[in-house]
Amino acid sequence: MSINTATNTLTQSQYSNYNNKVAISRATSEPALVRRLFISIVVLFLGIFLILPLLAVFTEALRHGFATYFAAISDPNALSAMKLTLIAALIAVPLNVVFGVSAAWAIAKFEFKGKSILITLIDLPFAVSPVIAGLIYILIFGMQGWFGSYLFDHDIKVIFAIPGIVLATIFVTFPFVARELIPLMQAQGKDEEEAGLVLGASGWQILWRITFPNIKWGLLYGVILTNARAMGEFGAVSAVSGHIIGMTNTMPLHVEILYADHQLAAAFAVASLLALLAIVTLILKTFVEWRVAQNAISNESI
Amino acid sequence: MSTKKNILPGFNLSLGYTILYLSLIVLIPLSAAFIKTTELSLNEFWEVVTAPRVVASYKLTFGASLIGALINAVFGLLTAWVLVRYKFPGKKILDALVDLPFALPTAVAGITLATLYSAHGWIGAWLEPHGIKVASTPLGVIVALTFIGLPFVVRTVQPVLEDLEAETEEAAASLGANRWQTFSKIVFPAIWPALLTGFSLAFARAIGEYGSVIFIAGNIPFVSEITPLIIYIKLDEHEYAQATAVAVVMLVISFLLLFAINGLQWWLNRRHTTSH
Repeated sequence: MSINTATNTLTQSQYSNYNNKVAISRATSEPALVRRLFISIVVLFLGIFLILPLLAVFTEALRHGFATYFAAISDPNALSAMKLTLIAALIAVPLNVVFGVSAAWAIAKFEFKGKSILITLIDLPFAVSPVIAGLIYILIFGMQGWFGSYLFDHDIKVIFAIPGIVLATIFVTFPFVARELIPLMQAQGKDEEEAGLVLGASGWQILWRITFPNIKWGLLYGVILTNARAMGEFGAVSAVSGHIIGMTNTMPLHVEILYADHQLAAAFAVASLLALLAIVTLILKTFVEWRVAQNAISNESI
Repeated sequence: MSTKKNILPGFNLSLGYTILYLSLIVLIPLSAAFIKTTELSLNEFWEVVTAPRVVASYKLTFGASLIGALINAVFGLLTAWVLVRYKFPGKKILDALVDLPFALPTAVAGITLATLYSAHGWIGAWLEPHGIKVASTPLGVIVALTFIGLPFVVRTVQPVLEDLEAETEEAAASLGANRWQTFSKIVFPAIWPALLTGFSLAFARAIGEYGSVIFIAGNIPFVSEITPLIIYIKLDEHEYAQATAVAVVMLVISFLLLFAINGLQWWLNRRHTTSH
């Protein structure tokens, strides 16, 4: 059993070969049988809960062939739903990026009272059910709401119209960018910004030339998450939309209407576009994480 | 550090804008919910939030969320363990796929799960001959909430497992501990706070979930009707005060959970930094 006596009779390469085999079954890992069992359970669990649903979306979408598929996604109502989804994301994402950068700047670079309360408040939308997110805007802008009669008199529609959908989308994606940037900017500290200031840079120059290059990957990550949620939001948008086909229908709402109408193939065709968006999101996310890891390695080697 | 004067510009502007935007988008609209309930007398409020159908929905929502989070605690821990410790083909893809429930729109998840578990679906057709009905039962709600909470435990436990130093486990092994003893006495104490955080996040997310549940649940009153749906139905019937009353009950519970989770994380960070 003694390894020392074994090395005397083995060549160096044989020894390292043997050592590798031993290393796998050493005392800080599990027996091979247990490892195989664990891996099988995890593959089965993730297979049932993640891979099967993903496969099912595309199988159902193409069940009646490509012609039906393309007819479903080029239907005028589907196109107007895509347009509205894009509009909502194009407004919600930039607004939440500006907020996220601003909140992260205040929280990461300065000390002030009530900071941890502020961070918790920024998280609030995470804890609110999407339906409730829709409800609160109805209470304010709906017909019987705070500004209901004012908006009615001036012929401005918020609820059951595009502004309500945009507001609900902003609410549900509110924390994502801030949540990504706050820990990142806290970890980076403020030495580089202070150096810039001493060398005569203005506040905006510091933001553009020093802070943004440092946080770009984290920011991109936040934008990706915000965009995915903005385009996919269902509950909150459903509550404020009124489901007016061709008018206030987003893609997820269009999926629901087609599904309720038993047009399964069409519902899954539109759903498959959203599933593709999810796959692209996961790929971009993996890429950003890989870049961040690369940066960390190159920083360590310097 | 803290006594040094901060020379960076933009504090008033950034904090001012943060508070303004937070108030306009989140705080004022949320306060509207609490103000709206004052239209109801205390008795009316109590009657709405304790109506039998509503109480049945609380039981389902919290029960199914709890079971879903527990399933995710067990399988999420195992998934994190396998992804960090073992090598096997397809590992990178599985790792990336764990975030699918974050990225996949809930309505898509909803109709897909409903189709998979229906009597003719890939999984439903296999389960029904065994007398297991998932669609339109509380079991369907559990399936949807397990799906939606899947990433949380994995993603909170994974980094902690990665940071765990091999030396402590080697020391335990060299001192004669078997693998189970090393896990229960060395590894588990290090990861349980992360496990608890992930569990609470999955639970909190599940309570409010709507889109992925309503399609598979079938929404039968007293059987498979979740609380967010009750709010939605009351909204549809223009019973705004009643909808808001139920919403306020959920908001209070969710906020308490959020504060507990943030408190837990604050405590963990402090413990983490003082132990080094």
